[in-house]
Amino acid sequence: MLKGVSAVFKRELAAYFATPLATVFLVIFLFAMGAFTFYMGGFFTNGQANLGVFFSFHPWLYLFLIPAISMRLWAEERKSGTIELLLTLPIPLASAVLGKFLAAWAFAGLALALTFPIWITVNYLGHPDNGVILASYIGSWLMAGGYLAIGSAVSAGTGNQVIAFVVSVVISFLFTIAGAPLVIDALSGWMPVELLGTISSFSFLTHFNAIMAGVIDLRDLVFFGTLIAFFLFVTAVLVDLRKAG
Amino acid sequence: MAMIEIDGLAKSFGPVAAVRGVTLSVDKGEVLGFLGPNGAGKSTTMKMLTGFLTPSEGAARICGHDVQSDPLPAQRLLGYLPEGAPAYGDMTPRGFLAFCAGVRGLTGEAARSAIERVVTRTELARVLDQPIETLSKGFKRRVGLAQAILHDPPVLVMDEPTDGLDPNQKHVVRELIREMSPQKAIIVSTHILEEVAAICTRAIIIDRGRVVADGPISDGRIVFRTSPENGEAGEVIADARDLDDVFRALTARPAAAA
Ligand SMILES: Nc1ncnc2c1ncn2[C@@H]1O[C@H](COP(=O)(O)OP(=O)(O)OP(=O)(O)O)[C@@H](O)[C@H]1O
Ligand SMILES: [Mg+2]
Repeated sequence: MLKGVSAVFKRELAAYFATPLATVFLVIFLFAMGAFTFYMGGFFTNGQANLGVFFSFHPWLYLFLIPAISMRLWAEERKSGTIELLLTLPIPLASAVLGKFLAAWAFAGLALALTFPIWITVNYLGHPDNGVILASYIGSWLMAGGYLAIGSAVSAGTGNQVIAFVVSVVISFLFTIAGAPLVIDALSGWMPVELLGTISSFSFLTHFNAIMAGVIDLRDLVFFGTLIAFFLFVTAVLVDLRKAG
Repeated sequence: MAMIEIDGLAKSFGPVAAVRGVTLSVDKGEVLGFLGPNGAGKSTTMKMLTGFLTPSEGAARICGHDVQSDPLPAQRLLGYLPEGAPAYGDMTPRGFLAFCAGVRGLTGEAARSAIERVVTRTELARVLDQPIETLSKGFKRRVGLAQAILHDPPVLVMDEPTDGLDPNQKHVVRELIREMSPQKAIIVSTHILEEVAAICTRAIIIDRGRVVADGPISDGRIVFRTSPENGEAGEVIADARDLDDVFRALTARPAAAA
């Protein structure tokens, strides 16, 4: 089990760096993070020594950037035929699913970690609450895992990377906006409060905002953990279903 | 107990019945030539045998392990070269073989010597550090072959192993198969019928998903039990060099139906 996870993990992680994908992704990711934070977020002009603005853009960036990582996870194997190799090697399906996911998640973690200059900057300029910043980083990474798990399941359902990308963005969008003020306000007029609560409790925003406040609540951890586990399970089911032809 | 047992395997893709009840077994020391026209169901049968596809009906066992219910022990004992020899294009043969070794539980010195052995046998040394996607078709095939024999498996399933190889390499691969065959049970599919006479101890012809001929080859003679799609069951004894004629007689479609 573990042997399979680590072999797949290492191969996948190396694959990101064997192609320009890693470089292109990291450059765009960092550029977009910077652009949003400094220009749209008014990082220097809002006069606050915190990274709230920076983190508040993460869900929206992930919405498009994470599916760009996850779309290849299974669709590419199917297209190139290597899936036949992968599934006939003595690797449990769960290990293959997990190894691929963990590699993508580690890569997303690396991209996130490379935003550290912004953290240095804010510490240089003022006295931010570094506990809150650490919690936000952890929350952001968990959220990235959620988007990745969704993307993994979608990628397993198709052999076409473009379709995988588009469908992942749409599903991720639903999971994001479910808790956005815009949606909550629009629905609150006619929807029972309990239902509204349920919908927004499925939103990445709701949980990420809670973490960004500086407390990592068990509920938020359980939410992202369960969501990741669920979509990885769906991934395995979809891969297995495809074997039935 | 035969090392490969295929028992009434059938596979339908929607309305297409690709394989319709194939039964066969392969013992240690046997090299089975798996023949049949394009679309006969050779690759599909192999995909079911190796656990890539779930059969619609029937079962396959490798050294007694059911491929469906107990895939991992079966797959540990199996080397498989899928049709078209897929491999990760972004990896080098060195990296790819190291990955396969890792998955197979070979580490350190064991991995190193296994890789060295197959690299020598498939003559890959020259391209070891070149991305697989930039290799020529024949070299890609050899990488797939190297991967299949890396762990010296007792059961070897190869889908058109010599397709795309130059005459020298075809010869090398045939020698390789011949050399390995006493310790293994091997299935090779091929469209090159001379190859069957050269390396196989037995041949099976399938047509439209069914076995239409099955028989041993010895001293250049082949004794087929036949059951063609549109004809009487019977026996055909032929010189292995005339396999071509037998093949066409058993699988040719009447012109009107084609
Ligand atoms: N995934 C699939 N979906 C639908 N039909 C399929 C699929 N895979 C195979 N088939 C069909 O099953 C039949 C058998 O195909 P298969 O690849 O097993 O033939 P083959 O004997 O290997 O032929 P070849 O000599 O050309 O390699 C063909 O009619 C093919 O179109
Ligand atoms: Mg084939």
